[in-house]
Amino acid sequence: MGDPFSLEVAHTLSSCMSGIRTAGDLVLRMQLAKSMRIDEAKKYVAEKLGVEPIDLSDSDRMFEIRKKLNLGRPFDLNRAPKGIEAKINIARVLGITINSVELFKEKTGF
Amino acid sequence: MDKYFTRMGDGSGVYMSAEEIKEDILQGVKDAADRGKIPELTAEEMDYIFEIVTMPGNIVGVERGREVVNTSDSGSCKMTYHANIAMERSTSVLVSEKVLGADSVDIGNMDYSYKAVKQIVHNETPVMELAQLNAVMPVLYGSMPNLGLYTKPDGPVDNWSELLPMAKIDEARAAQEEAVEHAVRDMVFVAGEMYAAGADGINLDTCGASGDADYLASLLATEKIKEKYPNLGVEFGAAGEFVLGMHGKLEYEGTRIAGLYPHKQVKLAEKAGANIFGPVVNTNTSNSFPWNLARTVTFIKACSEVAEIPLHINVGMGVGGVPMTEIPPVDAVTRADKALIEIGKADGL
Repeated sequence: MGDPFSLEVAHTLSSCMSGIRTAGDLVLRMQLAKSMRIDEAKKYVAEKLGVEPIDLSDSDRMFEIRKKLNLGRPFDLNRAPKGIEAKINIARVLGITINSVELFKEKTGF
Repeated sequence: MDKYFTRMGDGSGVYMSAEEIKEDILQGVKDAADRGKIPELTAEEMDYIFEIVTMPGNIVGVERGREVVNTSDSGSCKMTYHANIAMERSTSVLVSEKVLGADSVDIGNMDYSYKAVKQIVHNETPVMELAQLNAVMPVLYGSMPNLGLYTKPDGPVDNWSELLPMAKIDEARAAQEEAVEHAVRDMVFVAGEMYAAGADGINLDTCGASGDADYLASLLATEKIKEKYPNLGVEFGAAGEFVLGMHGKLEYEGTRIAGLYPHKQVKLAEKAGANIFGPVVNTNTSNSFPWNLARTVTFIKACSEVAEIPLHINVGMGVGGVPMTEIPPVDAVTRADKALIEIGKADGL
């Protein structure tokens, strides 16, 4: 979005997926890792999660899926995987290499 | 005659008739098509821009299922340095993730330039490491190539902005070429440090701000970063809608860089290996929001039609159809988003 100052909430409400409230972070990972355009990235993530692409922006649907697959979520965090723990699961589910996950494994002797 | 509330490019409110809005949309489209030598929008697309501009409601949104994802430029600095909230940057990453619903964010330094960051990168990497331990969404590191910082007295090379008015063209060109080498080295160095700290990507923000040499440095840095760290994503964000020819003769892969508009800029970013391209279309403050929006969508649609990598459109203050004002009104911001995504086929913001 370029400079986000004072604009983040407007963009998110108007037109963005909303990150870990839905599957926005997962779709962005495919763009950043594989240069996928938006429809291709959504299709890839949807197939990996076993849903339709339109479900990826549905916070109610995605909350349950993220909970089931341990992919991290903004609330209801009691005993839930957080941060790097969730990203280890994301790397496995999406079939991608996440830099911080690899470093974590290296540093902790995985 | 009914009038609709809309805005000027400087953000001030204005009432315009349907005819006036439609005429401004047409003229905005024609201006982009003429400057960029790209196709005009269709009549249906211009009608849809009119519909978006005149929709009732303060904010508007994209159709269900058309949502995109976002990246940012200096996203983690906004709460900390700019809004002066006493907060460490890796904490602002978590606020962006859990409270604001961001799809990603970039960590950056107060002096958002690779040259400045190089000196203190050892204090920047722990911030990235902490953010990576705690955040779920992708976290990038961002800064600007900012080629001008390499000029004397702050930097090592002669100042081409002083040389050019003295008609020392060859000297000005030589100075820019030397600055490119320094800038590439710094960008690749910082990218390597951030890769070692776990960053998901590096954001080269405002590529071309100092002209075509600045743009070349960013392309060469992208090439080297992808060669050394293939798993590190590279977002290549432009500084303006066309590249200024401060040098004028620089080429990348046989293409002269000066004067390129977004639909040609993206092809160079692709060749260099960028994963995401951030096109810019500048806002003209003297023209209306409908004029600026139509013009922006024309450029972005042409860019999207040739792009093979995702486009994250710059929609900050003064770009992407958004009025040039520090607190852009949400009516204009959300209308710009909707038009850029539904007509311009943007992949992200």
